Amino acid sequence: MSELHTVNKSPFEKNSFDSCLGHVLEGSAVLLYEDGVYAALKGTATEGKVKAAQGVKFYALGPDLKARGLAQDRVSDGIEIIDYAGFVDLATEHDKVVAWV
Amino acid sequence: MSEDIKNFLYLNRRAPYGTIYAWESLEVVLIGAAFDQKVSLAFVDDGVFQIVKGQDTSAIEMKNFSPTYSALGDYDVNQLYVEQESLEERGLSVDDLMHLTWEDEDEDWAEKDSIRVVSRAELNKIIEAQDVVFSF
Amino acid sequence: MKFAIQINEGPYQHQASDSAYLFTKTALEKGHEIFRVFFYHDGVGNGTRLTTPPQDDRHVVNRWAELAEKHELDLVVCVAAAQRRGLVDDGEAERNGKDATNIHPKFRISGLGQLIEAAIQADRLVVFGD
Repeated sequence: MSELHTVNKSPFEKNSFDSCLGHVLEGSAVLLYEDGVYAALKGTATEGKVKAAQGVKFYALGPDLKARGLAQDRVSDGIEIIDYAGFVDLATEHDKVVAWV
Repeated sequence: MSEDIKNFLYLNRRAPYGTIYAWESLEVVLIGAAFDQKVSLAFVDDGVFQIVKGQDTSAIEMKNFSPTYSALGDYDVNQLYVEQESLEERGLSVDDLMHLTWEDEDEDWAEKDSIRVVSRAELNKIIEAQDVVFSF
Repeated sequence: MKFAIQINEGPYQHQASDSAYLFTKTALEKGHEIFRVFFYHDGVGNGTRLTTPPQDDRHVVNRWAELAEKHELDLVVCVAAAQRRGLVDDGEAERNGKDATNIHPKFRISGLGQLIEAAIQADRLVVFGD
């Protein structure tokens, strides 16, 4: 079964992002939203972790990036920026949603 | 599939008392036990602190809800997965945890351990097998 | 597809209710069904009709109520969590001898079984929290 994991906390404040990465299986997706979008940025201490996650597809919620003044070119290569419609699609395309609140 | 029995996992990642999440999620588990679904609990990250033995809240004037975990076996909630890595990161071993048991009706009410310490890799397979994951 | 939505945090303090609202609204626009929205923990605070935000801010409670009106959403507030936090409907006021109620009429107070039932009936449970 494929899973959509959601992370809504900054990786610099809480361990939700790290914990999520420790529990994703290949073929799963991770959506970064709310303060979770800070894990999507280039040149951060977390960028390497995103790149090292084999076979995991990363998404970041555009409205949350925009709200925080984070231009799209700040987002790591390979992370797809989506809107709420994309969020809903991800939730339907995967067999379940696991929230790392 | 909506009428079938589902695999429910309660993902516990929070320590008790500092916030109410642990207690109120336990209340969901107790109510949910009446619904005849296949239920398991995972204790990950600070969630492992929920089932540390010897909790005594008398001096902080809060309810000690830890005895409730001992009652889970009576509700047929007896699959409690504790992540090995989370224990080790926190300097804990299974000996620091409450001894939680259930009685197996099929084996003449033999007392069995409810807690199973599993590796992160094993837990990931368990999460994969679920239909629904509750987070609190 | 049928969704169940769980909201663990109150309005304004956390973004959880905002995110859940936008997810729910978008899912409905895309033709999906929302089986139930269940408010738990401090999330019960999303259901008080006495909420009065400044005029230049969004009204989180009314926004949920309006979405519920338009799509006949089932907005359920957990009774145990509500009692602890002082959210009261007519039944609770009578049972517990309270002199007022504060639940918004588009929300209803019910038991935790409503969350479990929603998770059983829906194809997906999506949790919004801290």
